[in-house]
Amino acid sequence: MSLVASPRTAGSRQAAAQFLRMPTAIAGLAILVIFTGAALTAPLYIHPSDLDVTQATGGQLAPPSRHYPLGTDQPGRSVLLLLIWGARASLAIGVIATLLAMVLGSAIGLVAGHYQRWLGRGLMHVTDWFIALPSLPLAISLAAVLGQGATSITIAIAITSWTATARLVRAQTLAVEARPFIDRARALGAGNMQIMVRHVLPNVAPLILVSSTLTVAGAILAETTLTFLGLGNPTEVSWGTMINRAYTGSAVSRGAWWYLLPPGIAIVLVVLGFTMTGRAVERILSPRARL
Amino acid sequence: MGLLTVRDLHVTYPPDVHAVRGVSLTLDAGRTLGLAGESGSGKSTVALSLLRLLPSSAQVTGEIMLDGEDVLAMSWGRLRTVRWADASIVFQGAMSALNPVRTIGEQIREPILLHEKVGARAARERTASLLDSVGVPARRASAYPHELSGGQRQRVMIAMALACRPNLIIADEPTTALDVIVQAQILHLVTDLVRDAKISMIVISHDLSVLADTCDRLAVMYAGRIVEIGASQPMMAQPRHPYTKALSSAFPTIGDPASRRAPSGLPGDPPDPRAIGPGCPFEPRCPEAFDECRVRDVELWPAGPGQAACLRVLPDYARIPRLRRANLAQSGGDA
Amino acid sequence: MSDALAAELGAQSGSGAPRWYRSSFWPYFGGKLLGALISFLVMLVIGFTIFNVMPADPVATFTRQHPTSPKQIANLRHQLGVDLPVWHRFLNFVGHTMQGKLGDSWQYHQSVASLIGERLWPTVLLIGSSTVIAVALGLWLGIRSGWRHGSAFDRTASGVSLVLWSVPTFWLGLILLVVFTVGAGPIPSGLFPAGQMSTPGFSGSWLAHVGDTVHHLILPCLTLVLVIVAQYVTIMRSSIIDELGAPYLLTARAKGLRDDEVRRRHAVPNALLPTVTVIFLQLGTIVGGAIAVETVYSWPGLGFLTFQALEIPDLPLLEGTFIVLSASVIVMNLIADMVYRVLDPRVRAQ
Repeated sequence: MSLVASPRTAGSRQAAAQFLRMPTAIAGLAILVIFTGAALTAPLYIHPSDLDVTQATGGQLAPPSRHYPLGTDQPGRSVLLLLIWGARASLAIGVIATLLAMVLGSAIGLVAGHYQRWLGRGLMHVTDWFIALPSLPLAISLAAVLGQGATSITIAIAITSWTATARLVRAQTLAVEARPFIDRARALGAGNMQIMVRHVLPNVAPLILVSSTLTVAGAILAETTLTFLGLGNPTEVSWGTMINRAYTGSAVSRGAWWYLLPPGIAIVLVVLGFTMTGRAVERILSPRARL
Repeated sequence: MGLLTVRDLHVTYPPDVHAVRGVSLTLDAGRTLGLAGESGSGKSTVALSLLRLLPSSAQVTGEIMLDGEDVLAMSWGRLRTVRWADASIVFQGAMSALNPVRTIGEQIREPILLHEKVGARAARERTASLLDSVGVPARRASAYPHELSGGQRQRVMIAMALACRPNLIIADEPTTALDVIVQAQILHLVTDLVRDAKISMIVISHDLSVLADTCDRLAVMYAGRIVEIGASQPMMAQPRHPYTKALSSAFPTIGDPASRRAPSGLPGDPPDPRAIGPGCPFEPRCPEAFDECRVRDVELWPAGPGQAACLRVLPDYARIPRLRRANLAQSGGDA
Repeated sequence: MSDALAAELGAQSGSGAPRWYRSSFWPYFGGKLLGALISFLVMLVIGFTIFNVMPADPVATFTRQHPTSPKQIANLRHQLGVDLPVWHRFLNFVGHTMQGKLGDSWQYHQSVASLIGERLWPTVLLIGSSTVIAVALGLWLGIRSGWRHGSAFDRTASGVSLVLWSVPTFWLGLILLVVFTVGAGPIPSGLFPAGQMSTPGFSGSWLAHVGDTVHHLILPCLTLVLVIVAQYVTIMRSSIIDELGAPYLLTARAKGLRDDEVRRRHAVPNALLPTVTVIFLQLGTIVGGAIAVETVYSWPGLGFLTFQALEIPDLPLLEGTFIVLSASVIVMNLIADMVYRVLDPRVRAQ
């Protein structure tokens, strides 16, 4: 996938217009806005008492009612409030893990593309070795060893997600550095760091943006899986722990679908949101992928 | 009646690209016709429409009588039996007209097994003799296309086209991707085979020199229309339409590779097929145009031994107000 | 290499030995095998780093529950070999692994290798059956979608694929489990067994056992298929779309072939080549999916074993499953390279 470096302002206005013409893009972005908004504003209307197991007031595993639109969980907390609060954990971990993966992957990709001989090739070999490892077993191993909790999960996801970005960034770096303006910059005395950061990076940035949106989708799926497997902090509220509770508790056998369905549906929606938005941006930036 | 009669063929690609605007031609059994023109003139479209091979979105009107049947009105089943068995196509043998993951033997056998009631062994024997007749060793039948040279691939395409003994062969740019010496070989091969078997042939090319040698008759196309048609030698000697004049004056010089390319002796580009206005479409580039040409279009009219679509050949030519346009060079090229 | 020379070389290798043998097969295989071995070694390094270097003190974890005297701790350190320098430990580790000695599980009083041996077949059965079904279904859907891309069928299939890719595997498994065992709406309860691989206390003929296993296999297999089929649909679809404009398809049509014959005999073989490689390369994701599915259904395979090992965490067991799962993925990648070479005549010629 090669991109054309377009003039900054005119290009971005045109891109925005194109984006708004795609229904999947608008749907995706809308989902993201809704969920992020709900997650960020949650502390405004959710009190710690709503989430406290000891202060639960609803009936145990009660079906949806007017007061509790999505019913209650075992201790009696409102599933709806749990759902909204859970978005914070999943989104936070997903975004932070992706950020780390992006930084790591872009740095490696840039260096590998810039220093083409043995350093570059060495880095690409390392990347290939990481790609050869199945990601979930690796993530599980890392998280298990680092101890339960959000930090371990974040690090584990970051380490299993950087390779795709590294490859992409390296390919694009090679393409950009083949252009004449890089030679001109070098002739004017630009050092390696300068070339990479000031000249190559801006051209590679759009690609990184697209790649990161799609990576967040995968990161959220990974986070919920790891939390479901018990590697998260059990006292924290997240979608993965909710489903884990449904699995280990009696919700499944008692047919409490209101506890099992909403977290999963929320995950599907958020992942779809990121995927659709990412693909739409990808289509705008690289016309060849118009399928 | 001849083998092929095309009457008033129109082809439009959606939404508004009128690629072929009223083409009519005839071809008798055993004769050859060359179809010349720049890219975009509609010549390949005409060729593909003869077997209804255009994309389904293309709108085709007119009449194409092949052996007494209208191709455009045939049922799909009938059309599939006609394809290759009555008329076959030699595409540019560039790598991709042959399936890269099948041996050339399989690809030649495919139409034989499809159209004729013969067993596998008979098909293999026929394939071997076909390859022989085009100068490719029969044992190469188990080779893949990428293992052959460009010239050999073109020969394979020819062998494949002859497989079901058709009455008509359409050769679409048969020599374009080949170098000069191989070009000559292929052309001789094709003309010999066709003449021996009394097969009719339509050859399409942008290279007039290729056509002048191989075909009895020539048709020159411009902007979706035939602008001149007639016996090839007299037309080359004395072209009547200004476009034909320009094409023939761009005859290649032996040893000069540049002159082999599409006629470049003419400034400007062919008109956009979406925006062909009234008047002669060639007028903007015509070195001999009149003001009248801008508003009045002319159909093919007898001119010498053939026909031409130009004001100049009309009997009342002398009476057209002679408001000559300024020379193209002075007016700074085409508008 | 010029065309003439290539043709000449091709002419020399007329009949006789099979194609793959004649050309540069063994150097190619050797190169790929070497690459796989290096990947394997690197994987061992990473595994060793994670499980033997990173943990703060394996002895502390091991003795967390039990009070131990300093002498016992020293003994334990010697036993576990943690008093040796790192590189020494790594060499021991590699040596033991190659011999199949993967240590002993902390939870179960069994060697890791024997545990893995017990749980290997169920995972192979699950992954094998799911992959076969998903590949067949995915390729079929992908071909139909891509051939008529833009049609309602295509858009539906693509949309469903997109949603399925976004569904968390474990959640889908739970939903299916609930629906088909507890029952939901019109679906009666008890249609399928609620997990595990066989009914406890089942006795009967060999055939009946097979039937029982299949009965237990259906839901986990269905879950895994739903999750991985989307990938195959997507890659097959885009491969077909890439072939759609190819000139040889026009040649095929001109010969008088029907539309489905053109698709089947010409477009699909060409489109299958890149797809086949991807099929094998997806094994990493399938392994991940299998872990989730096995956990939800208590399917006694390596994935469930991994989940069970997370309890303490049982590091030797985790390390064992990590090594075995990663090694199988590396082997699959190697097979992918070889299969592609056999299938594509153009690659063979190099």
